[in-house]
Amino acid sequence: MNKKIKFGVIVFPGSNCDADCLWAIKDVLHQDAEFIWHESKNIENYDVIVLPGGFSYGDYLRSGAIARFAKVMEKINDFVNKKNKFVIGICNGFQILLEAGILPGAMLHNKNLKFICEYVNLVVENNDTPFTNKCEKGQVLKIPIAHGEGNYYCDDKTLNKLIKNDEIAFRYSTLKGEITEEANVNGSVYNIAGILNRKKNVLGMMPHPERAMIEELGSTDGKYIWESLINFIKKS
Amino acid sequence: MPKAKIYVTFKDGVLEPQGKTVKAALEKMGYKNVKDVRIGKFIEMEISDGDKEKIKKEIDEICDKLLANPNIEKYTFKIE
Repeated sequence: MNKKIKFGVIVFPGSNCDADCLWAIKDVLHQDAEFIWHESKNIENYDVIVLPGGFSYGDYLRSGAIARFAKVMEKINDFVNKKNKFVIGICNGFQILLEAGILPGAMLHNKNLKFICEYVNLVVENNDTPFTNKCEKGQVLKIPIAHGEGNYYCDDKTLNKLIKNDEIAFRYSTLKGEITEEANVNGSVYNIAGILNRKKNVLGMMPHPERAMIEELGSTDGKYIWESLINFIKKS
Repeated sequence: MPKAKIYVTFKDGVLEPQGKTVKAALEKMGYKNVKDVRIGKFIEMEISDGDKEKIKKEIDEICDKLLANPNIEKYTFKIE
């Protein structure tokens, strides 16, 4: 299948990584992408919906708490339940997916209460997913984070379920892929940086793959995630 | 006009970094009797007069849907 894959990047008031995502998909990956305003209800024609980073609705109340009630979000559940449809939520997009209950858990303030903007190392926990099939299991990716509330929290029961069902995509690690307390920059439960739903067609992650696309940005490891997804869709 | 006073706080098992930081600061300031600090939200809402039970039910719904995240938070409220 040589047809270009169609990405829709949702724009909420306060999204600020929407243009970066569009650039990464169109200019670097050479696929189709367009913005979708949060009041739109027409998302069924896209292959992939991207919930970008930013500060939707000023992060008021809780990050993502208000965006999850946007009109476009009413259609997301239907979209996710369809075949060959994918959703990736990055940073604020991940927070929105959690608030919407599409992924389990919630976000707390970073353990040091600081907004952290830096490159981190992520170990690929599960490479048998539409979003990670171009990675090796245990591969370490260098991708930046930029958030104040990325301290992932879930109860033990949920964590056990995530582990049992292979729903953990990425964990904060050292450069060598070791899981340590020090590498866990924001204090997340189990060093969790990204998780999937049971069906594995929804990924939520705090690091920004769209910011690690060309050498000039310091890393191209973000491409593994987008290219895995493109690879998966083209094969299916 | 009646007012709903809503308190949203973190559940007991959830580590709350703001409270921990404030507690550490108070300790440094010499307040040794402070054993733990948890910071939450206080929301005041003006509501129209009416059947009290109905209003309570509606505020429960508002808290469940939007004001509190049941994964990490709990809430209480009173109507004055």
